[in-house]
Amino acid sequence: MLIQRLIRIFIAIMLLAGVNGVSAAEPIKIGTFLTVTGPAAFLGDPELKTLQMVIEDLNAKGGLNGRKIELVHYDTGGNAREALNFVKRLIQKDQVDLIVGGTTSGDSLAVIPEVEKARIPLISLAGAVEIIEPVRKWVFKVAHTDRMAAAKIFEDLRKRGLNKVALITGDGGFDKSGREQVLKLAPEYGMTLVADESYGNKDTDMTTQLTKIRATDAQAIINFGFGQAPAIVTKNIKQLGINLPVYQSHGVASKTFIDLAGEAAEGVRLPAAALVVAEQLPDTDPQKPVLLAYKKEYEAKHGPVSTFGGHAYDGIMIAAEAIKRAGGTDKAKMRDEIEKTSGFIGTAGVFNMTQKDHMGLNLYAFKMVEIRDGAWKIVE
Amino acid sequence: MRLAGFFVFAVAVILLPILFPDDYFVTVVGIAAGLHVILAVGLNLLMGYAGQISLGHAAFFGMGGYASAILTTRFDWPGWLALLAGLLVAGTIAWLLARPILRLRGHYLAMATLGFGIIIHVVMVQATEWTGGPDGLGGIPPLNLLGWTVDSDQQWYWVIAAAMLLIIWLSLNIVDSRIGRALRAVRGSELAAQMIGIDTARTKTQVFVVSALFAAFAGSLFAHQQAFVSPDSFSLMISVELVTMVVLGGMASTFGAACGAIALTLLHEGLVVFEDYEMIIHGGLLMAVMIFLPQGLFVGLTQGVQRLWMLISSRRNAKACQAEVNTHAL
Repeated sequence: MLIQRLIRIFIAIMLLAGVNGVSAAEPIKIGTFLTVTGPAAFLGDPELKTLQMVIEDLNAKGGLNGRKIELVHYDTGGNAREALNFVKRLIQKDQVDLIVGGTTSGDSLAVIPEVEKARIPLISLAGAVEIIEPVRKWVFKVAHTDRMAAAKIFEDLRKRGLNKVALITGDGGFDKSGREQVLKLAPEYGMTLVADESYGNKDTDMTTQLTKIRATDAQAIINFGFGQAPAIVTKNIKQLGINLPVYQSHGVASKTFIDLAGEAAEGVRLPAAALVVAEQLPDTDPQKPVLLAYKKEYEAKHGPVSTFGGHAYDGIMIAAEAIKRAGGTDKAKMRDEIEKTSGFIGTAGVFNMTQKDHMGLNLYAFKMVEIRDGAWKIVE
Repeated sequence: MRLAGFFVFAVAVILLPILFPDDYFVTVVGIAAGLHVILAVGLNLLMGYAGQISLGHAAFFGMGGYASAILTTRFDWPGWLALLAGLLVAGTIAWLLARPILRLRGHYLAMATLGFGIIIHVVMVQATEWTGGPDGLGGIPPLNLLGWTVDSDQQWYWVIAAAMLLIIWLSLNIVDSRIGRALRAVRGSELAAQMIGIDTARTKTQVFVVSALFAAFAGSLFAHQQAFVSPDSFSLMISVELVTMVVLGGMASTFGAACGAIALTLLHEGLVVFEDYEMIIHGGLLMAVMIFLPQGLFVGLTQGVQRLWMLISSRRNAKACQAEVNTHAL
C-alpha cells in the first residue's frame, strides 16, 4: 500500500515538473567550449567566468526576448580533438542555438568544418587570422589578430624612424603564428629583418640567441610569445646590456609579465587592448564606460581582469544583440544579424562587421603602451 | 565457433545505429570508440600478446593522420592512396626501429618508445611548413571510396565500424596463428622461445610493424573524419590513454582491448557532465578496476561469469548426486 502511494506521489511530482517545464518559455541555449584546464587555462578561465557573469546579468534583466539564457559548457583542456567532439555534442545532443568559444586558435580551427556543415553561428574567442580568412559563412571572431599586433608594432617603429629589426620567438602556436605575420608584414612597412631567432618556450635562458642578435645591426628587438619566456628574454636583454628598444606582443599584456621581468621591463613597448589601460583613456573615448563597467563588475567577483575575459564579454554581447535583433533563435537570422554588427562598443574595440570582415576591428582597437615604473602607459 | 564472439560483436555494432538512428552516443561517440578500438587492438598485439610495452603509439597514429592530411591537402592525392602512403611510412619506420628498440626490455623499452613518441610530436609541432605547426592542418577533404563520399556522421559510423571489425577479425586470426603462438611464447620467456626455435627478433619486429600499421590506418581515417589534424591529437597523453585502454580491458585478449577502448571512451563522455570532478571520478574508477579486477574489465568479468557458472553447475551436479544417492537409499 505504502509503495503504491509513494509511486503515485512520485508520478504526480513528475507530471507537475513536466507541466512547469512546458509552461515556461524555452530557454535560449548558448554553447561554449573553452580551455579551462591545461596550459592555456589562464586564457579560458576568465573567459568562462565572464560568460557566466554576463549571462547571469542578462537573465536577471529578464533574458532576451523574454527568454532566459542557458549556458552549456565543456572544457577541452586545450585538445583540438576534444574540441571537435564537444562541438558535435553541443550541436547534436544539447542542440544549442549558437556557439561562443574556442579559447585557442587550434580548438577554433578544428571545429570550423563541423560548424559550417551544421550551419550554426560560431563566435570564436581565439587570435589566429586563419579563423576568418578566408571568410566562412557561419564563423566570426572577436579577439585581436596577431597580424594587427605586428602591424601596430611596425607602425610605432616607423614613427620612431627605425627599420632594422631583430625577431625572436618561441615554439608555441601563438609564437609561430606571430612570427609568420611579422615576416609577412615587414616588407609592407619597409622593415628589414636582420635576425630571426627562436627558443623553446620552456627554456630558462635565451642569451645565446640574444648574443647573436647583439652582433647584428638591429635597431629594435621584437619578441612574440606569452607566459614565462618573454619575461626571460626581456631580462636577458638587460643582462647582456643590449640597449635597443624592445617590443613585446599583446600576449604579455598582463601584470604577471611586469612582475616576472621586474626592472628589465621598464621601457618595453607592446600593443595592448584598451582594457589594461582603461583608466588612462580620455573621457571622450567611447570605449571607456564599457571597459570600466566590465572591469568593475569582474574585479568585484573574481580579481584582476585580463583581455581574454574581455573577448568573452565581446563575444557573448555581440551574440545577445544579434539574438535581440533577430527576434528569435533562427540560426540563419542570427547569423545575418551578427554579420550586421556595427558600431558595437566592446572591450577589444569598436566592432564593424561586414560580409567580407567577420571580425570588424581596426588597428585603433590596439593601444601602444610602454611599461613605466611598473605600470602601463599609453604612448601615442 | 572460434569466431562466435566476433559475430555477436559484429551484430551488435550493426544493430546499434538501426535501433538508435541519429543518436549522438551511437554516431559521434561510436566513431571515437571505433577508432580507439582499432588502436587498442593493435597495441594489444604488442603489449598483451608479445609482452612489449609501447608508450609512443600515438606517433604511428599521427603518422597515418599527417600522411593523409598533407598528401590530400597539399598534393591533391586521392584519400585511399594517401592512406596507403601513410601505412607505408609508418610500417617502414616501425620496421627500421623495431630491431634496435625491441632489444630493450622493461623500463628501458618504455623509455625508448616514450622518447620516440615525443620526437615525432616535436616534429609535428616544429615542421610548420609541412604540418601547419601547433595550430594544425585543416581543410582535409572527405574520404572518397570508389565514388562514394563519406561525409555525414552516419556514413562515418559505417566506415569506422567496418574498419574496426576488419581489424578485430585480423587480430583474432593473427593470435590463433603460428605467429600468435610465437608471440605468447616470447612473452612467457624469450629464452625459452628461442630454445624451441622461434626467431624472437623477427617475431617481435613483425608484431611491432603490424601494430604500427593498425595505428596508422586509424590515423588516416581519423584525419578524414575530423577534417583536421593537430599535434594535440597525437600527444604523449594519447599514448598513455591507449596503454590504459589495453590494461583496463584486459591484456592478451582482443575483445579485452576492444572493451577497454569502448569503456574508456564512454566513461569520458559520460563523466563530462561532472565538470570539475570528472578527473577525480575517472581516476577513482580506474583505480577501483585495477584493485578489484586486476586482469582487466573484460577478462576479469568473463572469468567471473565462468567461475559463477561452474559454481552453479557444480552445485547442481552435487544436488543431482545427492538426489540420486537419496533415491538409492530409499
